[in-house]
Amino acid sequence: MTPQDLVERALGLSRTEGCVVLAQETSSTNLRWAGNTLTTNGVMRGRALTVIATVDGAEGTASGSLTRSNVGIDELEQLVRSAEAAARAAGPAEDARPLIVGGAPSPDWTDEPAVTTGAVFERFAPALGAAFERARAADRELFGFAEHDLVTTYLGSSTGVRLRHDQPTGKVEITGKSAARTRSTYVGQATRDFRDIDVDVLEAEVVRRLGWAERSIDIAPGRHDTILPPSALADLMIYLYWSSSAREAHDGRTAFSKPGGGTRVGERLSELPIELWSDPAYPGLECEPFVAAGSSGATTSVFDNGLPLARTSWISDGSLNALLQTRASAELSGLSLTPGIDNLMLAVPGATGSTDDLVAATSGRALLLTCLWYIREVDPQTLLLTGLTRDGVYVVEDGEVIGAATNFRFNESPIDLLGRISGASATQPCLPREWNDYFTRTAMPAVRISGFNMSTASRAN
Amino acid sequence: MTETHDVDPEFLALPHRQLADAALTRCRELGAENADVRVERHGSQLLRLRDGRLEGSSDSQDTGFSVRVVHDGSWGFAAAVDLSPEEAARTAERAVEMARLSRPLSTERVVLSDEPVYADATYVSAYAVDPFTVSEADKVALLAEWSERLLAADGVDHVDASSYAIKEQSFYADLAGTRTTQQRVRIEPEVTVVGIAPNGGGFETMRTLAPPVGRGWEYLLGTGWDWQGELAELPELLRERLLAPSVEAGTYDLVVDPTNLWLTIHESVGHATELDRALGYEANYAGTSFATFDQLGTLRYGSELMHVTGDRTTPHGLSTVGYDDEGVAAQQWDLIKDGVLVGYQLDRSMARLKGFDRSNGCAYADSALHVPVQRMPNVSLQPAANGPSTGELIAGVDDGLYVVGDKSWSIDMQRYNFQFTGQRFYRIRGGRLAGQVKDAAYQATTTDFWGSMKGLGGPQTYLLGGAFNCGKAQPGQVAAVSHGCPAALFQGINILNTVQEAGR
Repeated sequence: MTPQDLVERALGLSRTEGCVVLAQETSSTNLRWAGNTLTTNGVMRGRALTVIATVDGAEGTASGSLTRSNVGIDELEQLVRSAEAAARAAGPAEDARPLIVGGAPSPDWTDEPAVTTGAVFERFAPALGAAFERARAADRELFGFAEHDLVTTYLGSSTGVRLRHDQPTGKVEITGKSAARTRSTYVGQATRDFRDIDVDVLEAEVVRRLGWAERSIDIAPGRHDTILPPSALADLMIYLYWSSSAREAHDGRTAFSKPGGGTRVGERLSELPIELWSDPAYPGLECEPFVAAGSSGATTSVFDNGLPLARTSWISDGSLNALLQTRASAELSGLSLTPGIDNLMLAVPGATGSTDDLVAATSGRALLLTCLWYIREVDPQTLLLTGLTRDGVYVVEDGEVIGAATNFRFNESPIDLLGRISGASATQPCLPREWNDYFTRTAMPAVRISGFNMSTASRAN
Repeated sequence: MTETHDVDPEFLALPHRQLADAALTRCRELGAENADVRVERHGSQLLRLRDGRLEGSSDSQDTGFSVRVVHDGSWGFAAAVDLSPEEAARTAERAVEMARLSRPLSTERVVLSDEPVYADATYVSAYAVDPFTVSEADKVALLAEWSERLLAADGVDHVDASSYAIKEQSFYADLAGTRTTQQRVRIEPEVTVVGIAPNGGGFETMRTLAPPVGRGWEYLLGTGWDWQGELAELPELLRERLLAPSVEAGTYDLVVDPTNLWLTIHESVGHATELDRALGYEANYAGTSFATFDQLGTLRYGSELMHVTGDRTTPHGLSTVGYDDEGVAAQQWDLIKDGVLVGYQLDRSMARLKGFDRSNGCAYADSALHVPVQRMPNVSLQPAANGPSTGELIAGVDDGLYVVGDKSWSIDMQRYNFQFTGQRFYRIRGGRLAGQVKDAAYQATTTDFWGSMKGLGGPQTYLLGGAFNCGKAQPGQVAAVSHGCPAALFQGINILNTVQEAGR
């Protein structure tokens, strides 16, 4: 039975006021390596069906949602009835709104799901093998991971929604270490299909950065002018994005709450005309152009399934412009309906050049990071985050990298940082390090931050 | 109530043995040296209430199987969801194909350590009421009643309440003849209250300290935790925190409650004694470890009071199991004794590689679709046999802080530099508690911190804490793990003020 058939059959079995069915076909393949040898690998197929039933009652509408893997035709009715029972048990939902009415079905609705296999690594694997050989010869060690996933989503509803989306997601990460593992660095790249992955280019960057670290320079903890490469900025902005629930801001319990009530939407966060946005159609970072939610939460609603998504500015011209919304929270907060989108971009208008150009344009001393790691919230009132620099902190002096410092623990708020940008490169696609299990589609500039708070030193190298 | 159950008949009715026979036969025909098959069914249910109303629920069940082979010295792994013997044989072929793809890129030959054969073993964890047999309406009603009671209290503006229940069922079969069938249940209830200060004075939260446990729904009804007592205290604890003075940054003696210390153990001892990290297998992701293999038996990890064990046997422990995902029986062993590193967490290939007689049973995969990797057993700090109470530890401190409950956590890629906050920090003056302070974080380097442990509580202070969400490996996997510990005293620890850290 095809996933589309399962969706139609489940909708046909529905006996309550509303029904939404989400079928997801997943395929995934990966290679993992350490110390110049492959360690684990895998090729996986998965299939899941989520049935959401809605039930109208005297006090409002309730929803129930169940997800099962590999549902057969004989188990389908039981699944629909269980979702209906869950809806009856749940009580009226605060996020209840009429289900989205479908327009024209996706043109590829009837097509088979897209699938990936180990063949995606056809060119990559031999190139990796060659890099292992060169690393062994140069007394260097490579560690890393390559993964390619394909998820095909079919979304149908009793109100006529028939939407399909194919989402390829891929990444390569390489950690390089010198002999005796005293120096360590990292490169990462997101990809949709591995055709744009050039192992030799990634390896060359590893070699360049390990070279930078041959000279170590003592830098004490404290506030330092610091160049965050796009990957590091992406990790901080993703946390800011995830923390921008309109519902919670409205409830007075986040850094985006206005003291005394309401939200900080409209407030200036940076003197620079910074733009932070999401766009399902952003070239190279395309993502799902409609809401597909298996369960409700502060920033998602099962009732919004099928809602179209369009370019949304979260920060516009340096001011907070929008927060993560459901239809329910948009009404509650009196703000625009701006649901979450699975990519994130930041631009400093007018900024040009690469990360290297930003380094070259630095006068005096600054630190250049590789990436950030273990980012956790310390204080939700200011969105103070802690975390560490990882795999290399380089010392820049008058436009040149002159050596490496130790790693540091930082304590900083991503909101605060937006007001302390003293230089930026052009926006470029990048792979976040900390959050790339969940979020890979980002494009950011490198930015220079005044007085980045390197709170304590870390002996990790 | 009895805590003894059988494996659910619905799981036993799946065609495990036919799948296993089909897959293992194909693996043998294709010349695999080793092969195993896992059939897994994982159920999970998460209920979240905001201010007494159900905000969202997710209820999922994942069933699938995987075949892992060692073929010509290389690993191969493949997984699928269609539980038919034909698909099992095809999946075995895909696993061998992956091993062949890996061969030219692999320099190490995989060999597994020996383990006795367990021909037909069954294990079911100890719980009284399977949470999946309790109606969702009853569960929501209990959490809603708790929430309403808290919302009615002075100073409580919002209440989050949640219950997260998981049931894992697995069947394992390997070429050597081991066949195990297991069922484990665990649950994580949490309640957080939020108070908003008047006149734009910010907000504070206070969360229950009740740890996640390997128990069933009975846990929320009072078995193993005093929920009524804890919920009754939350509003006053929140009120006190809202009014508390900001901590003065500096150096303090800390008495750390087991509700906070378990997480410090997890991060600075649990992860650092994973042999795969020490060998570099996690270098690209979770990180490595300062506790490298060449220091086994010599590394001074902490003060002589420090005795840390690993186990997969503690009753109600989240990592407790009958057999691991490589068919190794559950064990207990020392990781740190008298303050010295004496052991690691192992799986079968690493045990063989580094010359151990046997794996200590730490292989785990979080689903049928993921390959088993070395994951954390319950890692616990043993109490002092006749050690002091928490009150006695506090009485020995002239000027310090008492830390209760975990909150924020972060540690570096080699497990040196960590920073933790807590649910509450109390000032200690002259051996007595002198009210809460806020905005505190403690920061240290692992070996300095454990070296500063100058007081260790007795068994009466011991508590089994833990987490559902320990992450490791690529693709990312999640594991649940418990950590038992007593209260303990640490001298001369760096305390940060988080408002100053934010530059305010």
